[in-house]
Amino acid sequence: MTKVRLRNLVQARSGDKGNTVNIAIFAPNKQLYDTLLLEVTPQRVKEHFSGLVKGEVIRYTLPNLYAMNFVCKDALSGGGSATMRLDNLGKCFASNLLRMEVEIDDSVDLPKS
Amino acid sequence: MRTIRIGAGQGFYGDTLLPAIETAERGGIQYLCFDSLAELTLAILQKDRQKDSTRGYAADISQTMRKLLPYVKEKGVKLLTNAGGMNPIGAGQEVIRIARELGLEGLKVAIVTGDDVLDQLDRWRRQGIPLTHQEDGRSFELVSDKILFANAYLGSEPIVTALRQEADVVITGRTTDSALFLAPLIYEFNWRPDDWDRLGQGILMGHLMECSGQASGGNFSGDWASIEDMDRIGFPIAEMREDGEFVLTKTEGTGGLVSVDTVKEQLLYEIHDPSAYLTPDVVLDLQQVNLTNIGSNRVLLKGARGTKRPDDLKVVMGYADGWLGQAICGYSWPDALAKAQAADRIIRRQIERIGLQAAKVQTDYLGYNSLHGPLATEPAQELNEVYLRLAVRTDSKEEAAKLGRLFPPLMLNGPPSMGGFLGLMKPRELLGMWSCLVPREVIESNVKVTVSEVRL
Repeated sequence: MTKVRLRNLVQARSGDKGNTVNIAIFAPNKQLYDTLLLEVTPQRVKEHFSGLVKGEVIRYTLPNLYAMNFVCKDALSGGGSATMRLDNLGKCFASNLLRMEVEIDDSVDLPKS
Repeated sequence: MRTIRIGAGQGFYGDTLLPAIETAERGGIQYLCFDSLAELTLAILQKDRQKDSTRGYAADISQTMRKLLPYVKEKGVKLLTNAGGMNPIGAGQEVIRIARELGLEGLKVAIVTGDDVLDQLDRWRRQGIPLTHQEDGRSFELVSDKILFANAYLGSEPIVTALRQEADVVITGRTTDSALFLAPLIYEFNWRPDDWDRLGQGILMGHLMECSGQASGGNFSGDWASIEDMDRIGFPIAEMREDGEFVLTKTEGTGGLVSVDTVKEQLLYEIHDPSAYLTPDVVLDLQQVNLTNIGSNRVLLKGARGTKRPDDLKVVMGYADGWLGQAICGYSWPDALAKAQAADRIIRRQIERIGLQAAKVQTDYLGYNSLHGPLATEPAQELNEVYLRLAVRTDSKEEAAKLGRLFPPLMLNGPPSMGGFLGLMKPRELLGMWSCLVPREVIESNVKVTVSEVRL
């Protein structure tokens, strides 16, 4: 097993809707996607965002695109025009998620170094 | 099979205009659609309208139309925009004024109204429509006396109506972003109102186009550094076939990149459940969407499904939610972060001493944790400089303004080497957003399409 940051594995983009942020991540291939399904769980994402995401985290999966979409509620301290935060539109939530470290089996090919 | 080419003109109020001009000039398009309204934009436009009732539309519509109306005449490009914001009628008058200046006799300008539902709220409540908050179920009573504006997200129908009346320019208020792009397809291809799969493909196209460069290499999280010529990024163009399949591309010779990787990031942008993305026109199911690179800067999209449109429309309201006071100042190496932290302690004590009534005080260190908050890791090396940003949330503007005044003395009476003082920033009113669902019929019965012809 190797510990790898998501930064080196996936693409990610986030966006806001009211006080909710969605973060989509895209794995480069099925093998890695299947591994990440076990690692990047809604519970772990919720934990990862402690102090930022106050509400529930729901995960939707799109196997067709090797994608996962995390919907994080009560995440923007009120939302775009009400929040005191500088990342008021949640655009940096995706990069924030890329900090997460996951365990990858040595048999899985890693795309980027 | 017949194909329509549609260009993305703008992704928000204030977006660059050059890609739209290039697309109109060389993109071979029949339609250019401008999405001017992010969720936040209505709040900004509402403030404009409060100050001056003739304003309240996206003011860059003047420049947009001055540059692009000539293409309506020369190339038959139709311009669709929701830049009307809080005042589509005012925006329409401005566009007609510019058309006259440019001598565009006979140009037809359509205005869609009816999205502004502020004056309906009381009646709706009497009728028993609850207006409960869509995200968290809060009761409307909490904010009912603080509402500043209320707008419904309209679908493509009124825009299609305008096109059927031969409008060259269509100006709306709060229309769903993707509906601006769907409307030309319904009009051109005569898609049936229940042809859910094709409408789904149309909304998928609109969804990918509505954020301008975000589908053509902008905000790309992959190998972003290899995206070429971001300074002259081309906005996406869709080649839509009658059967709903489409190719996403951009104008030849522009910067940016349209590839499966750049497009798929936009696919889920601001989407919640990918099997049920609700729009006024159709419920979009993205689960079987298929993206294929079919050439340089060409991605083929198919497989979106649609199901019956919802019976309710979304209404978004803004309510007064207090004031934000903030101040920023910089500290230099050595001990930059420690100095900024010391300054934070000083200001926080002074906030208490002067009795500044703040519901919340927030500290950020720009250059360290202002974007990632508690998740930012401690800098491994000493920072060359760091900016302290303090923000307070208060009930009044006057209270918020007190914060800035605490900062100048820091320069002489605080930790050493403070520069980059941005202390006396004007307090900003915070606006809470209230979104709820309202039965479609009660909104749509008030929607009106007015087409005027420009006379010199």
